[in-house]
Amino acid sequence: MDARIRGKDGRGVTAVVARPGYDREGAFWQTGRELGGIVKRVVDRSSGIAAAAARTSDVAIPLILTVRDGTRVVVGHACPAARALGIRVGMATTMARAMVPALDVRDADPGGVAADLHRLALFALRRWTPGVAVSDADGLWIDLSGVAHLHGGEARFCRRVLRFCARLGFTARIAVAGTAGAAHALTRFGGHAAPMLESGAEAEALAPLPIDALRIDPAAADRLRRLGVETVGDLIAMPRAPLNRRFGATVLRRLDQALGRVAEPIVPVVAQAVPFARLRLVEPIATADAIAQVIGDLLALLVVELAARGLGARRLELRCERVDGQAQMVRAGTARPNRDAAHLARLLVPKIETIDPGFGIDAMTIRAVASEPLGATAITTIGEDAAPDLTILVDLVAGRVGTHRLFRIGAVESDVPERAHARAAPLSPPAAWPAAWPRPVRLLDPPQRLDHVTALLPDHAPRRFSCRGHVHDVAHGDGPERIYGEWWRRAGEADAVRDYFQVEDASGARYWIFRRGDGVDGRTGDMSWHMHGVFA
Amino acid sequence: MSNIARTERLDALRDSVRAIERGGAGAERPPVLPFGVAGIDERLADGGIAGAALHEAAGADAGMGADAAATLFLAGIAARLTGQVLWVLSRRDLFAPGLQQAGLPPDRVIYAETGQDADTLAVMEEGLRHGSLAAVIGEVGRAGLTATRRLQLAAEAGGTTALLLRRWKRSGADPLAEPSAAATRWKLAPAPSAPLPVAGIGRARWQLSLVRQRGGDIFDWTVEANDAAGRLALPAGIRDRAGAADRSADRGAGRAGRRVAA
Repeated sequence: MDARIRGKDGRGVTAVVARPGYDREGAFWQTGRELGGIVKRVVDRSSGIAAAAARTSDVAIPLILTVRDGTRVVVGHACPAARALGIRVGMATTMARAMVPALDVRDADPGGVAADLHRLALFALRRWTPGVAVSDADGLWIDLSGVAHLHGGEARFCRRVLRFCARLGFTARIAVAGTAGAAHALTRFGGHAAPMLESGAEAEALAPLPIDALRIDPAAADRLRRLGVETVGDLIAMPRAPLNRRFGATVLRRLDQALGRVAEPIVPVVAQAVPFARLRLVEPIATADAIAQVIGDLLALLVVELAARGLGARRLELRCERVDGQAQMVRAGTARPNRDAAHLARLLVPKIETIDPGFGIDAMTIRAVASEPLGATAITTIGEDAAPDLTILVDLVAGRVGTHRLFRIGAVESDVPERAHARAAPLSPPAAWPAAWPRPVRLLDPPQRLDHVTALLPDHAPRRFSCRGHVHDVAHGDGPERIYGEWWRRAGEADAVRDYFQVEDASGARYWIFRRGDGVDGRTGDMSWHMHGVFA
Repeated sequence: MSNIARTERLDALRDSVRAIERGGAGAERPPVLPFGVAGIDERLADGGIAGAALHEAAGADAGMGADAAATLFLAGIAARLTGQVLWVLSRRDLFAPGLQQAGLPPDRVIYAETGQDADTLAVMEEGLRHGSLAAVIGEVGRAGLTATRRLQLAAEAGGTTALLLRRWKRSGADPLAEPSAAATRWKLAPAPSAPLPVAGIGRARWQLSLVRQRGGDIFDWTVEANDAAGRLALPAGIRDRAGAADRSADRGAGRAGRRVAA
């Protein structure tokens, strides 16, 4: 790792210190996630960022970001305009407000800043170099070993990185050095814009810098300062053994790391790529059998990659590239993470008929666009009665009719019949209904209005009613089952009542009918009768 | 002695291997599901509902009562099987709490909603061939001879019971007039139930007609409708009333209990 950092030419590491929010001209833009929007607005208004910065700096309102220090709320960051007014980092926010009444105070968002820094690191990983690490809250290490010449040399690379950060709205500082520690120190405490440090020159370059540049903890730095050790040069001149005894190994290790005496491995960020498999075909194919064969081969490759990462596919995307440059897409989903090639093939193969091969397909790619962790699962032993695995069936049917049209129906806690059920995922265990009251097997939605109802109010089932022009004479009836409206849903249901009756007409058919209202009080309903369901 | 024990063990192992080869399910499922009612089972060529075969039911008329009776009849057959049931819907009027009271709790039924009969039949076939379901119930308006033959073959291939509910269309054509490859075809209509000595409503009755069966004759029954476990019963004759009271007390415990509570 040491050799890689130092590189062949001795210059390996670039530290980019992106300090969100602070502009060289003194204009405060914004931090964290809001950055994109603000920058866009500035750029829209004027031709360039520099011009915009110059304009906004004239009218800049002093801005501070607050952080919590125990129970106190203190200034975490202050823009140059605020600093010019005497506000210092670490000062109580109330004091800053008292000093500058027109202060723009916002909460710091360390999580958002860290997320943005990680995204920046991923971008650098894809575009610039294979080794990028997040160094601390506001810095990146970029390993330049063997890649600087691809960007036209270190100086041009640094200018490019600075321009890129400026476009994003970050003020960045950059330094190139042979060790990560030296690059870190020079970016934060070095003088000019982009110092390029020759390898072996770390000791002279770091000597005038304050000891804080060495990434030692503030308490140790304080004690060193009390002893009169102000700069790195003073520290280098000290005898090592007493230093080690007094301050522990950390101070010396940091010094040695900066000077390149001991190795400092950096842990690079890793981009999680979507698992995929790709096959280019020697001859274009157009038949369903050939496509199915290639799908099988692709899936065999894909499951190896999925297994290596411990993942199972949830959504697959098959892309068939035709000889005329057009691409055909086929998608399939699974109900549970899965990396069984045969299962996945059964989902994709029926969809071959939707692929138009044109003059032939010469390349196919399969990507697991959504995947989830999938560990090993136990298979059942002989003699044990296992619940059948419905995953394959669910995936096949869902692929045919659509995911949302394959479901279970489970109970919802509501007395109102049409609200008492809800759809659930086909592999989830749904809740059951309380079995106390009879429920029909077919429910009419909306309920059918009944006419010419003869009934004895308030508590008796009707003797006769007519529905859709047919007159039904009731032979037997049972009820009522009273269901109250759910006042917490709608104000109109506050007093509403439905009285449900199960009635059997002369032919034996059984219906579930209800009356709006309790039969006495007009506020509970309009006493109209409706058919809501059929028992048999 | 030890020889016999070894043979038994070998037989048991062979059964387990067969069960594993069939996908781990349905090893002990009997090929025929009897109704448990002597008067019905003795009229059926198979002695009950053949397991790996297609069975159809429809309402005797276009009325809602007949349609609901046919639905419950098929739900009762599925309820008496063990395992998961796939219910392929064509309309949105099925009420799951009602199915639970016919013996199909929500954790036993998976619903698939399709727009057309062709999709319904295709999804049914998929479910039948999968082999680990107890039954697949489909609601269709029309299904020709070819479609039903495909279902019958899929049911045999997967060892799964296929139940086809033919629903009346607005045109009023009898859905069972179409030819079909089903093993049995049933027609249901509600029948007036026996009056109770008190006000209220007793166990429902159906007019159950077996309008076609392979290798057997047609027949008509008046039956007492499904209980909470999906079992039918024959109504007791007047002479058996006293004895029947005990039987119906335990059969229809839930229903009677509800009525008293109401």
